[in-house]
Amino acid sequence: MFPELNNLLNVSPDKPEQGKFTLLCDAKTDGGFLVHHFLSFYLKANCKVCFVALLQSFSHYNIVGQKLGVNLIAARDRGQLVFFEGLKSTVEVLFGSKEQPNTLKFIRESSSDLKSLYEFVQKALTPSGDGSATSWKFPVLLVDDLSVLLSLGVEAVAVLDFIQYCRATVCCQLKGNVVALVHDSDQTEDEENAMLMNALGHQSSLILRAEGLVTGFCKDVHGQLKILRRGLLQPKNDEAEQWNTLLKVIEIPCARARI
Amino acid sequence: MLQILASRGDLVLLRDSVEWEGRSLLKALIREVALKGEQVQVLGCEVSEEVFREGLDSDTNSRLVYHDIFRDPQGWTGNWGPLGILRACLRGAEPGPCTLAVDSLSWLLLHAPCSALCQTLRALGHDNSHPGRVRVLGLLHEDVHGPGPLGALRSLAQIEVTVGGNLGFTTAQVFHPKPRHRSIEQTYWFSILPNFSLEFHKEPLLEPRPHRGPQSPTVDAMADLTFNVHLSKKEREARDTLALPFHFSSEKQQSLLHPALASSTSQIFYEPDADDYLDQEDPDDDLDI
Repeated sequence: MFPELNNLLNVSPDKPEQGKFTLLCDAKTDGGFLVHHFLSFYLKANCKVCFVALLQSFSHYNIVGQKLGVNLIAARDRGQLVFFEGLKSTVEVLFGSKEQPNTLKFIRESSSDLKSLYEFVQKALTPSGDGSATSWKFPVLLVDDLSVLLSLGVEAVAVLDFIQYCRATVCCQLKGNVVALVHDSDQTEDEENAMLMNALGHQSSLILRAEGLVTGFCKDVHGQLKILRRGLLQPKNDEAEQWNTLLKVIEIPCARARI
Repeated sequence: MLQILASRGDLVLLRDSVEWEGRSLLKALIREVALKGEQVQVLGCEVSEEVFREGLDSDTNSRLVYHDIFRDPQGWTGNWGPLGILRACLRGAEPGPCTLAVDSLSWLLLHAPCSALCQTLRALGHDNSHPGRVRVLGLLHEDVHGPGPLGALRSLAQIEVTVGGNLGFTTAQVFHPKPRHRSIEQTYWFSILPNFSLEFHKEPLLEPRPHRGPQSPTVDAMADLTFNVHLSKKEREARDTLALPFHFSSEKQQSLLHPALASSTSQIFYEPDADDYLDQEDPDDDLDI
Protein backbone atom coordinates (compact mmCIF):
# COMPACT_ATOMS: atom_id res chain seq x y z
CA MET A 1 0.00 0.00 0.00
CA PHE A 2 1.08 3.59 -0.42
CA PRO A 3 1.45 5.50 2.85
CA GLU A 4 1.15 8.82 1.00
CA LEU A 5 -2.32 7.89 -0.22
CA ASN A 6 -3.30 6.83 3.29
CA ASN A 7 -2.20 10.25 4.52
CA LEU A 8 -4.26 12.02 1.91
CA LEU A 9 -7.32 9.95 2.76
CA ASN A 10 -6.62 10.22 6.49
CA VAL A 11 -6.94 6.49 7.02
CA SER A 12 -4.64 3.72 8.17
CA PRO A 13 -4.87 -0.07 8.46
CA ASP A 14 -5.39 0.45 12.18
CA LYS A 15 -8.45 2.66 11.72
CA PRO A 16 -10.11 1.95 8.39
CA GLU A 17 -13.53 3.33 7.58
CA GLN A 18 -16.49 0.97 7.33
CA GLY A 19 -19.69 0.80 5.35
CA LYS A 20 -18.30 2.73 2.38
CA PHE A 21 -18.33 2.32 -1.37
CA THR A 22 -15.17 3.65 -3.00
CA LEU A 23 -15.10 4.21 -6.74
CA LEU A 24 -11.78 4.11 -8.57
CA CYS A 25 -11.59 5.70 -12.03
CA ASP A 26 -8.80 6.19 -14.50
CA ALA A 27 -8.57 8.28 -17.64
CA LYS A 28 -5.60 8.37 -20.00
CA THR A 29 -3.55 6.40 -17.52
CA ASP A 30 -3.61 3.08 -15.71
CA GLY A 31 -5.38 3.21 -12.38
CA GLY A 32 -4.50 -0.37 -11.50
CA PHE A 33 -2.09 0.83 -8.82
CA LEU A 34 -5.13 1.95 -6.82
CA VAL A 35 -6.48 -1.59 -6.88
CA HIS A 36 -3.17 -2.93 -5.63
CA HIS A 37 -3.12 -0.27 -2.94
CA PHE A 38 -6.53 -1.17 -1.54
CA LEU A 39 -5.86 -4.89 -1.80
CA SER A 40 -2.73 -4.60 0.30
CA PHE A 41 -4.36 -2.01 2.59
CA TYR A 42 -7.30 -4.18 3.56
CA LEU A 43 -5.19 -7.35 3.91
CA LYS A 44 -2.91 -5.47 6.27
CA ALA A 45 -5.98 -4.15 8.08
CA ASN A 46 -6.92 -7.77 8.82
CA CYS A 47 -10.11 -7.64 6.77
CA LYS A 48 -11.71 -10.54 4.95
CA VAL A 49 -11.28 -9.68 1.27
CA CYS A 50 -13.21 -11.03 -1.68
CA PHE A 51 -11.34 -10.02 -4.81
CA VAL A 52 -13.23 -10.37 -8.10
CA ALA A 53 -10.31 -10.14 -10.51
CA LEU A 54 -11.51 -10.00 -14.10
CA LEU A 55 -8.51 -8.33 -15.64
CA GLN A 56 -5.34 -10.13 -14.55
CA SER A 57 -4.24 -13.47 -13.25
CA PHE A 58 -3.63 -14.36 -9.64
CA SER A 59 0.11 -14.49 -10.13
CA HIS A 60 0.14 -10.92 -11.43
CA TYR A 61 -1.56 -9.56 -8.32
CA ASN A 62 0.61 -11.76 -6.12
CA ILE A 63 3.84 -10.47 -7.64
CA VAL A 64 2.77 -6.87 -7.24
CA GLY A 65 1.38 -7.58 -3.79
CA GLN A 66 4.73 -8.93 -2.63
CA LYS A 67 6.33 -5.63 -3.58
CA LEU A 68 3.70 -3.91 -1.48
CA GLY A 69 4.30 -6.17 1.48
CA VAL A 70 1.49 -8.72 1.28
CA ASN A 71 1.54 -12.39 0.36
CA LEU A 72 -1.65 -13.30 -1.49
CA ILE A 73 -0.90 -17.02 -1.42
CA ALA A 74 -0.60 -16.98 2.35
CA ALA A 75 -3.71 -14.80 2.67
CA ARG A 76 -5.66 -17.21 0.50
CA ASP A 77 -4.44 -20.24 2.41
CA ARG A 78 -5.46 -18.84 5.79
CA GLY A 79 -8.89 -17.92 4.45
CA GLN A 80 -8.48 -14.17 4.56
CA LEU A 81 -8.54 -13.76 0.79
CA VAL A 82 -11.16 -15.24 -1.50
CA PHE A 83 -9.85 -14.77 -5.01
CA PHE A 84 -12.07 -15.10 -8.06
CA GLU A 85 -9.89 -15.47 -11.15
CA GLY A 86 -12.06 -14.23 -14.00
CA LEU A 87 -9.65 -15.20 -16.74
CA LYS A 88 -9.64 -18.84 -15.68
CA SER A 89 -13.41 -18.95 -15.26
CA THR A 90 -13.89 -17.45 -18.71
CA VAL A 91 -11.90 -20.29 -20.26
CA GLU A 92 -13.99 -22.81 -18.37
CA VAL A 93 -17.19 -21.16 -19.56
CA LEU A 94 -16.13 -21.12 -23.17
CA PHE A 95 -14.52 -24.54 -23.37
CA GLY A 96 -16.06 -26.42 -20.47
CA SER A 97 -19.22 -28.44 -20.19
CA LYS A 98 -22.45 -26.49 -20.47
CA GLU A 99 -23.94 -28.37 -17.55
CA GLN A 100 -21.09 -27.37 -15.29
CA PRO A 101 -22.13 -24.43 -13.10
CA ASN A 102 -19.99 -21.34 -13.51
CA THR A 103 -20.03 -17.94 -11.87
CA LEU A 104 -19.60 -16.28 -15.25
CA LYS A 105 -22.30 -18.31 -16.98
CA PHE A 106 -23.83 -15.10 -18.29
CA ILE A 107 -21.12 -15.13 -20.96
CA ARG A 108 -22.42 -18.41 -22.35
CA GLU A 109 -26.03 -17.39 -22.04
CA SER A 110 -25.45 -13.93 -23.56
CA SER A 111 -27.49 -12.49 -20.76
CA SER A 112 -26.93 -9.77 -18.20
CA ASP A 113 -27.78 -11.89 -15.19
CA LEU A 114 -25.04 -11.35 -12.60
CA LYS A 115 -26.93 -13.15 -9.87
CA SER A 116 -24.42 -16.02 -9.80
CA LEU A 117 -21.55 -13.55 -9.38
CA TYR A 118 -23.40 -11.82 -6.56
CA GLU A 119 -24.11 -15.15 -4.87
CA PHE A 120 -20.40 -15.95 -5.06
CA VAL A 121 -19.59 -12.67 -3.29
CA GLN A 122 -22.32 -13.17 -0.74
CA LYS A 123 -21.13 -16.67 0.08
CA ALA A 124 -17.51 -15.55 0.29
CA LEU A 125 -18.08 -12.68 2.70
CA THR A 126 -21.05 -13.75 4.81
CA PRO A 127 -19.80 -15.30 8.04
CA SER A 128 -20.27 -19.03 8.02
CA GLY A 129 -21.37 -19.10 11.61
CA ASP A 130 -18.77 -21.58 12.80
CA GLY A 131 -16.72 -18.85 14.43
CA SER A 132 -13.78 -19.10 12.02
CA ALA A 133 -14.60 -15.84 10.17
CA THR A 134 -15.11 -13.71 13.23
CA SER A 135 -11.38 -13.14 13.59
CA TRP A 136 -11.39 -10.73 10.64
CA LYS A 137 -12.18 -7.06 11.14
CA PHE A 138 -14.90 -6.64 8.47
CA PRO A 139 -15.50 -7.87 4.91
CA VAL A 140 -14.33 -6.06 1.80
CA LEU A 141 -15.28 -6.60 -1.82
CA LEU A 142 -12.74 -5.50 -4.43
CA VAL A 143 -13.57 -5.58 -8.15
CA ASP A 144 -11.05 -5.14 -10.98
CA ASP A 145 -12.68 -3.96 -13.09
CA LEU A 146 -16.31 -3.28 -13.94
CA SER A 147 -15.62 -2.09 -17.48
CA VAL A 148 -14.69 -5.67 -18.34
CA LEU A 149 -18.28 -6.70 -17.62
CA LEU A 150 -19.50 -4.17 -20.17
CA SER A 151 -17.02 -5.58 -22.68
CA LEU A 152 -18.42 -9.04 -22.02
CA GLY A 153 -21.86 -7.84 -23.07
CA VAL A 154 -23.43 -7.15 -19.70
CA GLU A 155 -25.77 -4.18 -19.69
CA ALA A 156 -24.75 -1.18 -17.64
CA VAL A 157 -27.95 -1.31 -15.56
CA ALA A 158 -27.19 -4.94 -14.66
CA VAL A 159 -23.72 -3.91 -13.47
CA LEU A 160 -25.27 -1.10 -11.42
CA ASP A 161 -27.72 -3.50 -9.83
CA PHE A 162 -24.93 -5.98 -9.10
CA ILE A 163 -22.99 -3.29 -7.24
CA GLN A 164 -26.18 -2.24 -5.46
CA TYR A 165 -26.82 -5.80 -4.28
CA CYS A 166 -23.20 -5.96 -3.10
CA ARG A 167 -23.55 -2.64 -1.28
CA ALA A 168 -26.73 -3.79 0.39
CA THR A 169 -25.06 -6.95 1.62
CA VAL A 170 -21.46 -5.92 2.21
CA CYS A 171 -21.85 -2.26 3.27
CA CYS A 172 -25.24 -2.17 4.95
CA GLN A 173 -25.72 -5.69 6.31
CA LEU A 174 -22.13 -6.75 7.04
CA LYS A 175 -20.76 -3.20 7.67
CA GLY A 176 -17.94 -3.75 5.23
CA ASN A 177 -16.58 -1.87 2.22
CA VAL A 178 -16.84 -2.18 -1.55
CA VAL A 179 -14.10 -0.91 -3.86
CA ALA A 180 -14.49 -1.06 -7.63
CA LEU A 181 -12.53 0.21 -10.59
CA VAL A 182 -14.11 1.52 -13.76
CA HIS A 183 -12.36 3.08 -16.72
CA ASP A 184 -13.34 6.44 -18.12
CA SER A 185 -13.99 6.06 -21.81
CA ASP A 186 -13.99 9.78 -22.48
CA GLN A 187 -12.05 9.49 -25.72
CA THR A 188 -14.01 6.56 -27.12
CA GLU A 189 -17.37 8.25 -26.37
CA ASP A 190 -18.85 5.08 -24.92
CA GLU A 191 -22.19 6.32 -23.63
CA GLU A 192 -22.95 3.19 -21.66
CA ASN A 193 -19.60 3.27 -19.87
CA ALA A 194 -20.00 6.97 -19.14
CA MET A 195 -23.47 6.37 -17.72
CA LEU A 196 -22.14 3.51 -15.59
CA MET A 197 -19.31 5.64 -14.25
CA ASN A 198 -21.54 8.61 -13.40
CA ALA A 199 -24.24 6.44 -11.84
CA LEU A 200 -21.64 4.63 -9.71
CA GLY A 201 -20.26 8.02 -8.74
CA HIS A 202 -23.64 8.90 -7.26
CA GLN A 203 -23.61 5.68 -5.22
CA SER A 204 -20.13 6.20 -3.84
CA SER A 205 -18.87 8.05 -0.79
CA LEU A 206 -15.32 8.41 -2.11
CA ILE A 207 -14.08 8.76 -5.69
CA LEU A 208 -10.42 8.43 -6.61
CA ARG A 209 -9.73 9.44 -10.16
CA ALA A 210 -6.31 8.91 -11.71
CA GLU A 211 -5.76 11.04 -14.79
CA GLY A 212 -2.93 11.39 -17.21
CA LEU A 213 -1.48 14.84 -17.68
CA VAL A 214 -3.31 17.09 -20.11
CA THR A 215 -0.01 18.07 -21.67
CA GLY A 216 0.82 14.48 -22.50
CA PHE A 217 3.38 11.95 -21.40
CA CYS A 218 6.05 13.01 -18.97
CA LYS A 219 8.86 10.85 -17.72
CA ASP A 220 8.84 12.04 -14.16
CA VAL A 221 5.18 12.77 -13.48
CA HIS A 222 2.69 10.22 -14.70
CA GLY A 223 -0.48 12.04 -13.88
CA GLN A 224 -2.64 13.47 -11.19
CA LEU A 225 -4.99 11.97 -8.67
CA LYS A 226 -8.31 13.62 -7.94
CA ILE A 227 -9.98 12.77 -4.66
CA LEU A 228 -13.65 13.58 -4.20
CA ARG A 229 -15.49 12.90 -0.98
CA ARG A 230 -19.24 12.64 -1.26
CA GLY A 231 -21.35 12.59 1.81
CA LEU A 232 -24.65 13.68 3.14
CA LEU A 233 -23.20 16.03 5.68
CA GLN A 234 -20.15 17.37 3.93
CA PRO A 235 -20.13 21.13 4.34
CA LYS A 236 -19.02 22.11 0.88
CA ASN A 237 -17.98 25.62 1.77
CA ASP A 238 -15.95 24.75 4.81
CA GLU A 239 -13.49 22.00 4.18
CA ALA A 240 -11.93 21.09 0.89
CA GLU A 241 -13.49 17.84 -0.22
CA GLN A 242 -11.92 17.69 -3.61
CA TRP A 243 -8.30 18.18 -4.29
CA ASN A 244 -5.71 17.17 -6.83
CA THR A 245 -2.32 15.78 -6.22
CA LEU A 246 0.44 14.83 -8.60
CA LEU A 247 1.57 11.29 -8.74
CA LYS A 248 4.44 9.33 -10.10
CA VAL A 249 4.17 5.62 -10.55
CA ILE A 250 7.47 3.85 -10.14
CA GLU A 251 8.13 0.56 -11.80
CA ILE A 252 5.22 0.09 -14.10
CA PRO A 253 2.98 -1.85 -13.72
CA CYS A 254 2.08 -0.21 -10.50
CA ALA A 255 4.58 -1.65 -8.11
CA ARG A 256 4.94 1.52 -6.14
CA ALA A 257 3.63 5.02 -6.43
CA ARG A 258 4.91 8.22 -5.01
CA ILE A 259 2.12 10.65 -4.45
CA MET B 1 -36.49 28.94 -1.57
CA LEU B 2 -38.89 27.17 0.74
CA GLN B 3 -41.80 28.59 -1.23
CA ILE B 4 -41.25 25.67 -3.62
CA LEU B 5 -43.07 23.63 -1.00
CA ALA B 6 -46.01 26.00 -0.99
CA SER B 7 -47.96 24.42 -3.81
CA ARG B 8 -49.53 21.04 -3.19
CA GLY B 9 -49.74 19.38 -6.58
CA ASP B 10 -46.28 20.17 -7.91
CA LEU B 11 -43.57 17.95 -9.28
CA VAL B 12 -40.32 19.41 -7.97
CA LEU B 13 -37.17 18.17 -9.72
CA LEU B 14 -33.98 18.27 -7.68
CA ARG B 15 -31.19 18.04 -10.22
CA ASP B 16 -27.75 17.16 -8.94
CA SER B 17 -24.43 15.86 -10.20
CA VAL B 18 -21.60 13.67 -8.93
CA GLU B 19 -19.72 16.75 -7.79
CA TRP B 20 -22.73 18.39 -6.09
CA GLU B 21 -24.98 15.80 -4.50
CA GLY B 22 -28.62 16.66 -3.95
CA ARG B 23 -29.74 14.04 -1.44
CA SER B 24 -28.93 16.33 1.45
CA LEU B 25 -31.21 19.01 0.03
CA LEU B 26 -33.94 16.40 -0.52
CA LYS B 27 -33.71 15.39 3.13
CA ALA B 28 -33.74 19.03 4.19
CA LEU B 29 -36.94 19.66 2.23
CA ILE B 30 -38.47 16.50 3.69
CA ARG B 31 -37.65 17.83 7.14
CA GLU B 32 -39.38 21.12 6.33
CA VAL B 33 -42.52 19.26 5.23
CA ALA B 34 -42.46 16.98 8.28
CA LEU B 35 -42.11 19.99 10.61
CA LYS B 36 -45.56 21.10 9.40
CA GLY B 37 -46.96 17.83 10.66
CA GLU B 38 -47.34 16.18 7.25
CA GLN B 39 -46.49 12.60 6.51
CA VAL B 40 -43.85 11.96 3.83
CA GLN B 41 -43.73 8.84 1.70
CA VAL B 42 -40.19 8.06 0.54
CA LEU B 43 -39.39 5.70 -2.29
CA GLY B 44 -35.82 4.63 -1.53
CA CYS B 45 -33.98 3.14 -4.49
CA GLU B 46 -30.35 4.12 -4.00
CA VAL B 47 -29.57 4.06 -0.29
CA SER B 48 -30.73 1.94 2.59
CA GLU B 49 -33.41 3.13 4.98
CA GLU B 50 -30.84 3.38 7.75
CA VAL B 51 -28.62 5.65 5.71
CA PHE B 52 -31.55 7.80 4.58
CA ARG B 53 -32.87 8.33 8.09
CA GLU B 54 -29.40 9.12 9.43
CA GLY B 55 -29.17 12.67 10.73
CA LEU B 56 -32.92 13.35 10.77
CA ASP B 57 -34.50 14.06 14.11
CA SER B 58 -36.96 11.66 15.70
CA ASP B 59 -40.02 13.79 14.87
CA THR B 60 -39.12 13.79 11.18
CA ASN B 61 -38.35 10.09 11.20
CA SER B 62 -41.68 9.33 12.81
CA ARG B 63 -43.50 11.04 9.92
CA LEU B 64 -41.37 9.35 7.28
CA VAL B 65 -42.64 6.16 5.63
CA TYR B 66 -39.84 4.44 3.73
CA HIS B 67 -40.61 2.14 0.79
CA ASP B 68 -37.45 0.13 0.20
CA ILE B 69 -36.38 -0.95 -3.30
CA PHE B 70 -32.70 -0.58 -2.46
CA ARG B 71 -32.20 -4.06 -1.06
CA ASP B 72 -33.72 -5.88 -4.02
CA PRO B 73 -33.46 -3.74 -7.17
CA GLN B 74 -34.18 -6.56 -9.60
CA GLY B 75 -37.00 -8.14 -7.67
CA TRP B 76 -35.30 -11.43 -6.96
CA THR B 77 -37.48 -11.78 -3.89
CA GLY B 78 -40.59 -11.06 -5.91
CA ASN B 79 -41.52 -7.41 -5.68
CA TRP B 80 -43.92 -5.73 -8.07
CA GLY B 81 -41.53 -3.75 -10.18
CA PRO B 82 -40.35 -0.21 -9.65
CA LEU B 83 -43.34 1.63 -11.10
CA GLY B 84 -45.75 -0.61 -9.25
CA ILE B 85 -44.06 0.25 -5.99
CA LEU B 86 -44.11 3.94 -6.94
CA ARG B 87 -47.87 3.80 -7.38
CA ALA B 88 -48.25 1.76 -4.19
CA CYS B 89 -46.49 4.43 -2.12
CA LEU B 90 -49.66 6.48 -1.95
CA ARG B 91 -52.06 3.64 -1.15
CA GLY B 92 -51.10 3.49 2.48
CA ALA B 93 -50.83 7.25 2.84
CA GLU B 94 -53.15 9.30 4.97
CA PRO B 95 -55.97 10.99 3.05
CA GLY B 96 -55.44 14.62 2.24
CA PRO B 97 -52.30 16.47 1.22
CA CYS B 98 -49.44 14.13 0.62
CA THR B 99 -45.74 14.46 -0.17
CA LEU B 100 -43.87 11.76 -2.04
CA ALA B 101 -40.07 11.90 -2.16
CA VAL B 102 -38.44 9.77 -4.86
CA ASP B 103 -34.78 8.85 -4.35
CA SER B 104 -34.23 8.78 -7.17
CA LEU B 105 -36.00 9.42 -10.44
CA SER B 106 -32.73 8.50 -12.15
CA TRP B 107 -32.92 5.02 -10.76
CA LEU B 108 -36.49 4.66 -12.02
CA LEU B 109 -35.46 6.00 -15.43
CA LEU B 110 -32.78 3.31 -15.70
CA HIS B 111 -35.19 0.54 -14.75
CA ALA B 112 -38.36 1.56 -16.54
CA PRO B 113 -39.21 3.15 -19.86
CA CYS B 114 -39.18 6.92 -19.77
CA SER B 115 -42.69 7.21 -21.18
CA ALA B 116 -44.11 4.82 -18.56
CA LEU B 117 -42.41 6.74 -15.76
CA CYS B 118 -43.77 10.05 -17.06
CA GLN B 119 -47.27 8.62 -17.30
CA THR B 120 -47.03 7.26 -13.77
CA LEU B 121 -45.81 10.57 -12.38
CA ARG B 122 -48.60 12.42 -14.16
CA ALA B 123 -51.17 9.96 -12.86
CA LEU B 124 -49.95 10.44 -9.29
CA GLY B 125 -51.29 13.96 -9.34
CA HIS B 126 -54.71 12.65 -10.28
CA ASP B 127 -54.85 10.01 -7.60
CA ASN B 128 -58.45 9.63 -6.39
CA SER B 129 -57.56 9.60 -2.71
CA HIS B 130 -55.35 12.67 -3.08
CA PRO B 131 -56.90 14.64 -5.94
CA GLY B 132 -54.47 17.36 -7.02
CA ARG B 133 -52.74 17.39 -3.67
CA VAL B 134 -49.77 15.13 -4.18
CA ARG B 135 -46.48 16.93 -4.05
CA VAL B 136 -43.62 14.92 -5.58
CA LEU B 137 -40.00 15.74 -4.73
CA GLY B 138 -37.87 13.84 -7.25
CA LEU B 139 -34.08 13.57 -7.12
CA LEU B 140 -32.59 13.44 -10.61
CA HIS B 141 -28.91 12.90 -11.46
CA GLU B 142 -28.61 15.02 -14.57
CA ASP B 143 -25.18 13.65 -15.53
CA VAL B 144 -26.51 10.11 -15.88
CA HIS B 145 -29.09 10.63 -18.59
CA GLY B 146 -29.22 11.97 -22.08
CA PRO B 147 -31.12 15.06 -23.15
CA GLY B 148 -34.25 13.07 -24.14
CA PRO B 149 -35.25 11.68 -20.72
CA LEU B 150 -34.14 14.87 -18.99
CA GLY B 151 -36.27 16.94 -21.30
CA ALA B 152 -39.28 14.68 -20.79
CA LEU B 153 -39.12 15.01 -17.01
CA ARG B 154 -38.46 18.73 -17.18
CA SER B 155 -41.59 19.17 -19.24
CA LEU B 156 -43.60 17.53 -16.44
CA ALA B 157 -42.04 19.49 -13.61
CA GLN B 158 -43.53 22.65 -12.20
CA ILE B 159 -40.32 23.58 -10.38
CA GLU B 160 -36.69 22.71 -11.06
CA VAL B 161 -33.97 23.07 -8.47
CA THR B 162 -30.43 22.58 -9.73
CA VAL B 163 -27.81 22.00 -7.05
CA GLY B 164 -24.42 23.39 -7.84
CA GLY B 165 -21.61 25.43 -6.47
CA ASN B 166 -20.08 28.83 -7.00
CA LEU B 167 -17.26 30.66 -5.28
CA GLY B 168 -16.96 27.88 -2.72
CA PHE B 169 -20.67 27.91 -1.78
CA THR B 170 -23.45 25.48 -2.51
CA THR B 171 -26.14 26.97 -4.67
CA ALA B 172 -29.66 26.05 -5.62
CA GLN B 173 -30.87 27.49 -8.86
CA VAL B 174 -34.66 27.49 -8.77
CA PHE B 175 -36.46 27.64 -12.09
CA HIS B 176 -40.21 28.05 -12.12
CA PRO B 177 -41.53 27.93 -15.68
CA LYS B 178 -44.90 29.56 -16.04
CA PRO B 179 -46.90 29.04 -19.24
CA ARG B 180 -47.99 32.31 -20.82
CA HIS B 181 -46.04 34.21 -18.16
CA ARG B 182 -42.46 35.10 -17.58
CA SER B 183 -40.54 32.26 -15.95
CA ILE B 184 -39.06 32.83 -12.55
CA GLU B 185 -35.43 31.98 -11.96
CA GLN B 186 -33.54 32.67 -8.79
CA THR B 187 -30.30 31.46 -7.20
CA TYR B 188 -29.95 30.78 -3.49
CA TRP B 189 -26.73 30.32 -1.56
CA PHE B 190 -27.18 27.91 1.28
CA SER B 191 -25.64 25.33 3.51
CA ILE B 192 -27.18 22.31 5.20
CA LEU B 193 -26.57 21.94 8.90
CA PRO B 194 -25.97 18.54 10.52
CA ASN B 195 -29.64 18.29 11.51
CA PHE B 196 -30.62 18.95 7.86
CA SER B 197 -32.00 22.39 8.52
CA LEU B 198 -31.31 24.94 5.81
CA GLU B 199 -29.22 28.03 6.36
CA PHE B 200 -29.32 30.65 3.65
CA HIS B 201 -26.54 33.09 2.89
CA LYS B 202 -26.31 36.34 1.05
CA GLU B 203 -24.79 36.36 -2.40
CA PRO B 204 -21.05 36.23 -1.82
CA LEU B 205 -18.62 38.79 -3.18
CA LEU B 206 -16.83 38.05 -6.42
CA GLU B 207 -13.54 37.44 -4.63
CA PRO B 208 -13.17 33.71 -4.19
CA ARG B 209 -12.64 32.35 -0.74
CA PRO B 210 -9.05 31.42 0.03
CA HIS B 211 -8.34 27.97 -1.22
CA ARG B 212 -7.96 25.43 1.49
CA GLY B 213 -5.62 22.56 0.97
CA PRO B 214 -6.14 18.94 1.98
CA GLN B 215 -7.03 18.19 5.56
CA SER B 216 -3.63 16.68 6.26
CA PRO B 217 -1.13 18.19 3.80
CA THR B 218 1.77 16.11 4.91
CA VAL B 219 3.10 15.36 1.42
CA ASP B 220 5.29 17.89 -0.35
CA ALA B 221 4.97 17.21 -4.07
CA MET B 222 8.11 19.27 -4.79
CA ALA B 223 10.31 17.25 -2.51
CA ASP B 224 12.68 14.57 -3.74
CA LEU B 225 12.17 15.35 -7.40
CA THR B 226 14.62 13.85 -9.86
CA PHE B 227 14.52 16.93 -12.05
CA ASN B 228 15.14 20.58 -11.35
CA VAL B 229 12.18 22.93 -11.55
CA HIS B 230 14.00 26.01 -10.32
CA LEU B 231 16.66 28.28 -11.84
CA SER B 232 19.56 29.75 -9.95
CA LYS B 233 20.28 33.45 -10.29
CA LYS B 234 23.21 32.76 -12.59
CA GLU B 235 21.14 30.45 -14.77
CA ARG B 236 18.34 33.01 -14.95
CA GLU B 237 20.76 35.72 -16.07
CA ALA B 238 22.29 33.45 -18.68
CA ARG B 239 18.85 32.60 -19.99
CA ASP B 240 17.81 36.24 -20.20
CA THR B 241 20.95 37.23 -22.13
CA LEU B 242 20.76 34.37 -24.57
CA ALA B 243 20.10 35.52 -28.12
CA LEU B 244 17.66 33.38 -30.00
CA PRO B 245 19.14 31.97 -33.22
CA PHE B 246 16.47 33.24 -35.59
CA HIS B 247 15.68 36.48 -33.87
CA PHE B 248 16.60 39.39 -36.13
CA SER B 249 18.11 41.68 -33.55
CA SER B 250 19.69 45.07 -34.20
CA GLU B 251 23.15 43.57 -33.70
CA LYS B 252 22.56 41.03 -36.39
CA GLN B 253 21.23 43.67 -38.73
CA GLN B 254 24.35 45.75 -38.25
CA SER B 255 26.58 42.78 -38.88
CA LEU B 256 24.85 42.20 -42.20
CA LEU B 257 24.94 45.82 -43.26
CA HIS B 258 28.55 46.25 -42.28
CA PRO B 259 30.30 42.96 -42.77
CA ALA B 260 33.68 42.58 -41.09
CA LEU B 261 37.05 42.44 -42.96
CA ALA B 262 37.65 39.45 -45.22
CA SER B 263 40.41 38.16 -42.98
CA SER B 264 38.05 37.81 -40.08
CA THR B 265 35.12 36.36 -41.98
CA SER B 266 34.67 33.21 -43.98
CA GLN B 267 34.25 33.41 -47.70
CA ILE B 268 32.47 31.23 -50.17
CA PHE B 269 34.26 30.41 -53.41
CA TYR B 270 32.02 29.35 -56.26
CA GLU B 271 33.29 27.87 -59.49
CA PRO B 272 30.47 27.50 -61.96
CA ASP B 273 30.36 24.48 -64.20
CA ALA B 274 30.66 24.79 -67.91
CA ASP B 275 27.01 23.92 -68.32
CA ASP B 276 25.77 26.46 -65.82
CA TYR B 277 23.63 29.24 -67.19
CA LEU B 278 24.52 32.53 -65.67
CA ASP B 279 21.89 35.12 -66.09
CA GLN B 280 23.59 38.44 -66.48
CA GLU B 281 20.51 40.18 -65.26
CA ASP B 282 20.44 39.75 -61.49
CA PRO B 283 16.79 39.74 -60.30
CA ASP B 284 17.91 40.98 -56.91
CA ASP B 285 19.84 43.82 -58.36
CA ASP B 286 17.21 46.34 -57.46
CA LEU B 287 17.07 45.38 -53.82
CA ASP B 288 18.55 47.92 -51.49
CA ILE B 289 20.15 45.86 -48.76
